[in-house]
Amino acid sequence: MGTVKISIRNLHLRYADGKYPLRGIDLEVIENKINVIFGPAGGGKSSLIRVLNRLIDLSDVDELSGEILLDGKNILAKEIDVIALRRRVGVVFSRPIPLPLTIAENISFGLEVAGMKDKRHIAERVEKALREAVLWDEIYDRLDDSAYSLSGGQQQRLCLARVLALEPEVILLDEPTSALDPVSTAKIEQFLEEAKSQYTFLLAPHNQQQAARTADFAAFFLQGKLIEQGPGEEIFFRPTIKETIDYIQGRFG
Amino acid sequence: MKLMSFDRAPKRNLNQKLVQQVGFNMIRLITLITILPILGIVVYIAIKGAPAISWEFISAMPSDGMRAGGILPAIIGTIYLMLGTGMISVPLGIAAGIYLAEYANDNWWTRLIRIAIISLAGVPSVVYGLFGLGLFVLFFNFGISIISAALTLSIMTLPVIISTTEEAMRSVPYKFRVVGISLGGTQWQTIRKVILPRALPGIITGIILGLERAVGETAPILFTGATFYLPHLPSSPMDATMALPYHIYVISTQIPGMPVTIQYGTVLVLLAFVLAMNLIASVIRSRARAKRQW
Repeated sequence: MGTVKISIRNLHLRYADGKYPLRGIDLEVIENKINVIFGPAGGGKSSLIRVLNRLIDLSDVDELSGEILLDGKNILAKEIDVIALRRRVGVVFSRPIPLPLTIAENISFGLEVAGMKDKRHIAERVEKALREAVLWDEIYDRLDDSAYSLSGGQQQRLCLARVLALEPEVILLDEPTSALDPVSTAKIEQFLEEAKSQYTFLLAPHNQQQAARTADFAAFFLQGKLIEQGPGEEIFFRPTIKETIDYIQGRFG
Repeated sequence: MKLMSFDRAPKRNLNQKLVQQVGFNMIRLITLITILPILGIVVYIAIKGAPAISWEFISAMPSDGMRAGGILPAIIGTIYLMLGTGMISVPLGIAAGIYLAEYANDNWWTRLIRIAIISLAGVPSVVYGLFGLGLFVLFFNFGISIISAALTLSIMTLPVIISTTEEAMRSVPYKFRVVGISLGGTQWQTIRKVILPRALPGIITGIILGLERAVGETAPILFTGATFYLPHLPSSPMDATMALPYHIYVISTQIPGMPVTIQYGTVLVLLAFVLAMNLIASVIRSRARAKRQW
């Protein structure tokens, strides 16, 4: 099956406003695979992603309990270095949100705040990240243009590139293609397939086709609970639990 | 019932159009009326003051009991006061604005600060003057000096700089902060590298507008730093100084036989100061607006 990269145990999350998106999640994220979490909107996928790199710290939370072991260490523990964690666990959001800076600065930001100073070294990392995100050939001659001069699909690959530049171990993708056209979507999916030997992906796809196309492992989320998980083929073609079957066959969601 | 009759409808339409036309023109007229006084003042002063303006007028010391010569010490004094006020109020104001926009929680303490700032903005300028006299001139024993006047003007300028800074920071969307933090930045790193540069045009506009007000005020410097006449330029921050607004008061009320052109010329110089600052602020603002993309 593969090595477990992240192991989530009995994770509960309740916001201060009473929303209760995660109600006892147990999930294993497998190293160097595309791990898909899918299910109807409001099932807790986005919240889980926000917990996994502690962006949840920006929200008012009433309860956050359970364990999330990343390589065996609990990232919810008090003594964890949250900044270092965010460098290890990157995130791509559902809409491209370039920083209001140039293309190159969007990538160098993460490197500079990590303390990298050598301009040449930074430039190398910027190029490497852009090549990895299959964007370099399109934009190498206008790195100093505003990131907002790019098309939507290019912007999202830029957002991917700035995560890659930090050389993370895990990349969380929260419906990364929901604002993109089919060609751009295909480019992202192709990247995931080719790059998974180097990273561990946790993907919340924006539709079930994408889930089925990309998943090595899949987990079905419904109303804050994890209903069923397993290898992608089994979950999508031979689901065993009634809710999963109903959802996959399109009876709700 | 002639209300619903079909052939009346176009006429009613015509009436509505007419009403609208009249309405628009009324508003246009009212707008014109509101800018007339400003235009009037500027044009009148420019015409009356222009004959006084010469290189000598802005570069020479006054002579003949200020009835002749130039107004250099008042110009220099006003520039010193502006710089002094800027040096004190800009760092404080920006820091406070960033704190309020980015770090302050919404609690009674923050609300108290906000109320204080709003009240500060509403205090009459003569009250600042008396406060400055009591605190800086007498209590801290800075005397009638540039530093006392600059400190007094700073207190007056602070609310403007604080609130424009806060507003400028808030106008940069929250999502950029989330992204910055998601990429391993601290809150401060994100603010400094991403948010602050985008808020800067707004902040600079606020600074200029604040300083512009400081430059034009008489009352706060009356008791704290301005002096009737100096035979030389101030040489240290502890010196008193001449300044344009106070100088205008002096030459219009205190000196018999004052040539009218010099009075208008001095007013014109002060007006030019203030208008130039306003113009710079507008240019910065419109440039920033044109460049903004998100």
